[in-house]
Amino acid sequence: MSEIGVGHYITLSAILFTIGAVGVLTRKNAIIVFMSIEIMLNAANLAFVTFATAIGDLGGMVMVLIVIAVAAAEAAVGLAIIVAMFRHRETVNVEAFNTMRG
Amino acid sequence: MSGIAIAFWVLATIAVVTSLLVITSRNPVASVLFLVVTFFCLAGLFVTLHAHFLAAIQVLVYAGAIMVLFLFVIMLLNLGTPQWFDVAGTPLKLLALVLGLAFVGALVAAGIGDFEPPASGPGAGVDPDILGSTEAIGAALYSAYYLPFLVTGLLLLVAMVGAVVLARRER
Amino acid sequence: MAAWIWVVPALPLAGVLINGLFGRRLGKGAVSVVGPGAVGAAFAVSLALFLDLVGRPTAARQLTQTLYSWLAAGDFEASVGFLVDPLSATLMLVVTGVGFLIHVYSVGYMHDEDRRGFARYFTYLNLFTFAMLLLVMADNFLLLFVGWEGVGLCSYLLIGFWFKDRDNATAGKKAFIVNRIGDFGFLLGIFLIFGTFGSVTFADVLPAAATVLAPGGDLAFWICLFLFVGAVGKSAQIPLYVWLPDAMAGPTPVSALIHAATMVTAGVYMVARSHALYDMAPEVLAIVAGIGAATALYAATIGLVQTDIKKVLAYSTISQLGYMFLAVGVAAYAAGIFHLVTHAFFKALLFLGAGSVIHALHGEQDLRRMGGLKSIMPVTYWTMLGATLAIAGIPPLAGFFSKDEILWRVWDAGHPVLWAIGFATAGLTALYMFRLFFLAFHGEFRGTPEQRQHAHESPPSMIVPLVVLGVLSVVGGWIGIPPAIGNLVGHLPNAFEGWLAPVFEGGHGAAVHGAEVHAVPPAEYALMAASVAVAALGILAARHLWLARPDLPQRIAARFQAPYALLANKYWIDELYDAAVVRPYNALSRFAWRVVDDGLIDGLLVGGTGALVQWQSRVASRWESGNVATYLTVFFGGAIAILVYYLFG
Repeated sequence: MSEIGVGHYITLSAILFTIGAVGVLTRKNAIIVFMSIEIMLNAANLAFVTFATAIGDLGGMVMVLIVIAVAAAEAAVGLAIIVAMFRHRETVNVEAFNTMRG
Repeated sequence: MSGIAIAFWVLATIAVVTSLLVITSRNPVASVLFLVVTFFCLAGLFVTLHAHFLAAIQVLVYAGAIMVLFLFVIMLLNLGTPQWFDVAGTPLKLLALVLGLAFVGALVAAGIGDFEPPASGPGAGVDPDILGSTEAIGAALYSAYYLPFLVTGLLLLVAMVGAVVLARRER
Repeated sequence: MAAWIWVVPALPLAGVLINGLFGRRLGKGAVSVVGPGAVGAAFAVSLALFLDLVGRPTAARQLTQTLYSWLAAGDFEASVGFLVDPLSATLMLVVTGVGFLIHVYSVGYMHDEDRRGFARYFTYLNLFTFAMLLLVMADNFLLLFVGWEGVGLCSYLLIGFWFKDRDNATAGKKAFIVNRIGDFGFLLGIFLIFGTFGSVTFADVLPAAATVLAPGGDLAFWICLFLFVGAVGKSAQIPLYVWLPDAMAGPTPVSALIHAATMVTAGVYMVARSHALYDMAPEVLAIVAGIGAATALYAATIGLVQTDIKKVLAYSTISQLGYMFLAVGVAAYAAGIFHLVTHAFFKALLFLGAGSVIHALHGEQDLRRMGGLKSIMPVTYWTMLGATLAIAGIPPLAGFFSKDEILWRVWDAGHPVLWAIGFATAGLTALYMFRLFFLAFHGEFRGTPEQRQHAHESPPSMIVPLVVLGVLSVVGGWIGIPPAIGNLVGHLPNAFEGWLAPVFEGGHGAAVHGAEVHAVPPAEYALMAASVAVAALGILAARHLWLARPDLPQRIAARFQAPYALLANKYWIDELYDAAVVRPYNALSRFAWRVVDDGLIDGLLVGGTGALVQWQSRVASRWESGNVATYLTVFFGGAIAILVYYLFG
């Protein structure tokens, strides 16, 4: 097997991102959708770290740190919203929240 | 094959497989657990990239805190069993699949597989072990990236307040 | 003096504003001063302008005043400007002079109207005077047309003055619509003039006519023909005369002013003014003369059997207008205008006299129920006699000189057939006019006893104009004494013709003889004698048929039933027009309404557009499903598309 280069990591990042995206589009359970978004974020993190190591710039790693912090915040707020949604509609089916239709 | 190469292939495969399982599982709890495994793989990949500090943070925050939070909510809303509505119709699944393949295909066709970044950047000649260490990141965080650090703190505060307000029961 | 020209039309316009806006509040007294007063003042100014022209040498008899440039669009330019030359000065005097007399008469005639109606009447009458003055004073075709349309509008307003009676309103509409047909032709003529000459101002077009237009060419033909179509409509010739008899529904002074003395003569004036163009189109002149002669005879035959006094006079007007067109048709423009002037005098008088009779009999207009009014209304009687003798063409009254001049010119220009028609019509004119006279004023009174009791001579406001017009009908012809007679009394020139000479200079055909006194061919005397003879014959026949043997007309009618029915029903022309034109047009209108407007435009285009938009919205709103997954899919797809474009595009 050849040397693992940046290309490999980036390809992996792309694949993980796609998987996350497909998950977001396909699933109707709000919580699963959220988890798919987390997958996408992680894929991006992987890309960042790869480049940080490759070109020796610490900025990439700091970015990842911040992304993780933001993801945590976002998860907290998002799940709070889901809880609130559940209180209204007794469900977390994203299709049940379609009052903006038409 | 070098150790790093083996580690990469193993971790990469497991990450892809489990993330696929995340999005295809019926049971939300199963999805959560698979996601945790994915995160661990990712942490391992960070290690192969000499980002030791980040690997630790990944496990601590993501796998440790965020996923636990997910589990809490699932249990709170009693969604631990497979839901009848969960997966989209076939046309949409197909379309999403096509789009996804198109995305990856486009990127691969553009040549990201052979991508070599320019060997520039501030720490070009620095030993990677030192680069990704806690000391280095800490130094950077409190000097060059001081402002983002503070703002992130503020963001976390806001998020916390927001979460409390949103989840409050209405009187 | 030229600076005062604008005052002439401005005075009646002021009358319109005062009477129109404040007439109701000011009351009948004030209105009866403002209305006639405005026109009287306009007459005074016109007279001053006329005298000014007289005082100038013949070649310099022209006053112009341009008020402002009205339209300037690209190459087209038209201004509000006035031209006072012998022709327009003559018409101005007629319009304001006769108009003034009729305004005064109206004060008495319309006495029974309420404040509102009274003010409205004089507003319209002043408005008419204003428009008519614009027409005759204009220095370009466009302003003339504005006046043309204005008098048409006032005609409509005044015919339908008592609009609460539906028939009156219908008559007004008929006048306006038939006129419109003529106006359409007139407009085409103006367009052609602009296209050919690049201008519509008389000063640009008329002197250039001989050089720009090829004599006898197509362009001259069409321009003059279209202009003549306008004249046919406005001056009630065949085939657009049908509105004039119906127009008698309006008040009698209106009939006198508009449908006798002034508006209907606008067509004659217009042809005379454009003589430079007509001289280039001899075929159109032939058409004009032919139609004029035919109309004269035709209308006279109908007038012979009418029973309504005003209808007889209406057909008489149509017939006399035919004479005027006959004159201009043989290029005897001055003669045509001469007849226009004398006709204004005696026809106005005839109508006003008829109005006096109608007023006395409280609205009775049927000749069969009149009679013996001579003793009751002496002034009316004697003035009417003067007018009837004048129209019959008995010397030395006005009508003789003008009618005879026309007949002589027609013969002299080499048209014996046309002369014969005019000659026969002269006889008929005398016949039917004296029929009217004898039936109305002589014999036994054939109305109801109450009418007999209430019948009385009219008040001074009505009588005085009658007398003035009577005097004019007698002496008015003396301004145009032909050389044939002038020579007999010692080289008297034809003053009227000399007066108009500079306007009609350069015309060929029966050219202007000017103030020269030349040798008179004996044929002229013979024709003169013949026309007097035929007129006298007509009078005697009328006396025999309607005075001496009143049973005779009935028996003749019974014997010649078919011809009588033809005449009494006016040759069924109205019915013909109704079937051939009005009904199909109404059907077309109904089609345009139901199918085109409601169905096509409202339904298909408007409604269809609305429906299309609604359908589109429905389709578009399907994208807004509220389904987040769908939104995101599209989003993702779009992002990929952009990515691909940037990577590979």
